[in-house]
Amino acid sequence: MLARLGLEAGDEDFYAEQLSGILAHIDRLQELDTDSILPTAQVVEVANTLREDVPRPGLDQADALANSPAAVDGFFRVPSIQEEA
Amino acid sequence: MTDLTRLTVKEAGRLLRLHSISSAELVTAHVERIERLDRRVKAFLRFTPELWEKQAEEADERIRQGDPGPLVGIPMAVKDVLCVRGVETTAGSQILKGFRAPYTGTAVARLFAAGAVMLGVTNCDEFAMGSSTENSSYHPTHNPWDLDRVPGGSSGGSAAAVAAGEAMIALGTDTGGSIRQPAALCGVVGMKPTYGRVSRYGLIAFASSLDQIGPFARCVDDAAITLALMAGPDPLDATSSDRAGLDVLNNYAEGVKGMRLGVPREYYAVQGIEPGVKAAVDRAIQTFRDAGAEIVDVSLPHTDYGLAAYYIIAPAECSSNLARFDGVRYGISSDDAENVTEAYMRTRRKGFGTEVRRRVMLGTYALSSGYYDAYYLKAQKVRTLIKRDFDDAFQKCDAIVSATSPTVAFPMGSKTQDPLSMYLCDVLTLGGNLAGLPGISVPCGMSEGLPVGLQVLAPQWGENVALRVARAYEQASGVKAEVAPLA
Repeated sequence: MLARLGLEAGDEDFYAEQLSGILAHIDRLQELDTDSILPTAQVVEVANTLREDVPRPGLDQADALANSPAAVDGFFRVPSIQEEA
Repeated sequence: MTDLTRLTVKEAGRLLRLHSISSAELVTAHVERIERLDRRVKAFLRFTPELWEKQAEEADERIRQGDPGPLVGIPMAVKDVLCVRGVETTAGSQILKGFRAPYTGTAVARLFAAGAVMLGVTNCDEFAMGSSTENSSYHPTHNPWDLDRVPGGSSGGSAAAVAAGEAMIALGTDTGGSIRQPAALCGVVGMKPTYGRVSRYGLIAFASSLDQIGPFARCVDDAAITLALMAGPDPLDATSSDRAGLDVLNNYAEGVKGMRLGVPREYYAVQGIEPGVKAAVDRAIQTFRDAGAEIVDVSLPHTDYGLAAYYIIAPAECSSNLARFDGVRYGISSDDAENVTEAYMRTRRKGFGTEVRRRVMLGTYALSSGYYDAYYLKAQKVRTLIKRDFDDAFQKCDAIVSATSPTVAFPMGSKTQDPLSMYLCDVLTLGGNLAGLPGISVPCGMSEGLPVGLQVLAPQWGENVALRVARAYEQASGVKAEVAPLA
């Protein structure tokens, strides 16, 4: 549900079995003592990258909307996001 | 008459500059070969005649004016995860069917500026998730050396195109081995650069802290020059390094005499390594010894934990990156949904294949509250240990050599039912991604009639070292990447 994958009946058993096998393999990480180890999120050393704040053109509206399955009057159309009161 | 589809970039460049051939002729020869063979190999998803006609014409004009650029007029294939303006780019997925990229990514744009000619878009596992190209939602690609076997993956289409003589060079991406492993299985050269060497702008992201773009070619020199011309700083990717692209060529043509080459014992005797692969690696090690290198025993003690750490980090990043595919701004959509949540569900149900869903579920689980520390944070700490293993090993050696893949190309369908067996294909390559290292795979002979790849890993920013070792092997062994004998 969280990932909005829209699984259907029968999918759950199929994935549950495979994911259990993968998670069993992954659980071997718990064998390692990592209490004093810092996590690595960024593997190469890069300092903050800065640039001059100069305005430049972005993607124009026609290009941005060109791939939309439903563009209306320069907007992306989506189903309603609120129930009627 | 020379067969133009068997030339290296260097050989073709010489003929182009002598005006013995034109870029248009070179492109036509490749297109004819594609028309003859690709129905069976299926390396390509789509072709770009509008680009190749225009680019070949421009290249021929540049050559007439004396442009000495090494890639001017060279036919190239591009993996279906790299955006090219106006070209349908789908990451091998139904969810992006019909998506025409509104801009061209940096790596491709630089090769276009260098004069390369784009032939088409190559097949890959959906969102680059897989090791066999069987996860493409369009069709599988076949290994040109044995059409009943996989080309490897995820960049299997690019590897197969170069191996089949359907393109002279190709671009791929490597998140856990997706350039090196298919290069090994198809008998071509493939290189993954240091993380940050090549801009990822215009690359459809899979796992952002691991992804890198790199070249396929039929010799080390061709891979080196292609990499050099697409590498270097890019203001559009804040993780791209400020190191100059041409650095990758520093001293790379010197031999290995006096170099220390490490053989990690955990890689050498990795579980499941085929005897024929091991024998080919042994012969390569002897070749290095004979060429004057010192062979050193090294250890990467956390190798056994690499796969587990990778299969938390990569799915976690992918579940986050793939959240953007919701059917609103691009791709397929579901038009009859009652509300926006249902629309997301239907779009993603229709658009994502089995492996992508599996990884999104795994990643979402690993990042969810209550499990974050046990999985994602733990994996990032283990990533630190794996990086330290390499740091320690590189105290004792200049580069690391091993097999690229424990096996040669496997029969199609043989691993699709067991995801873990497929994941194990990358056990020798994914450490390089976790540690951000440059790595190259070069052909090192055959086993059971199929190509074996030799992997060379170097310290971060040591592309020139990896290329130097690979080139020295190619020269000393006489083993050259060949076009597969397809009739």
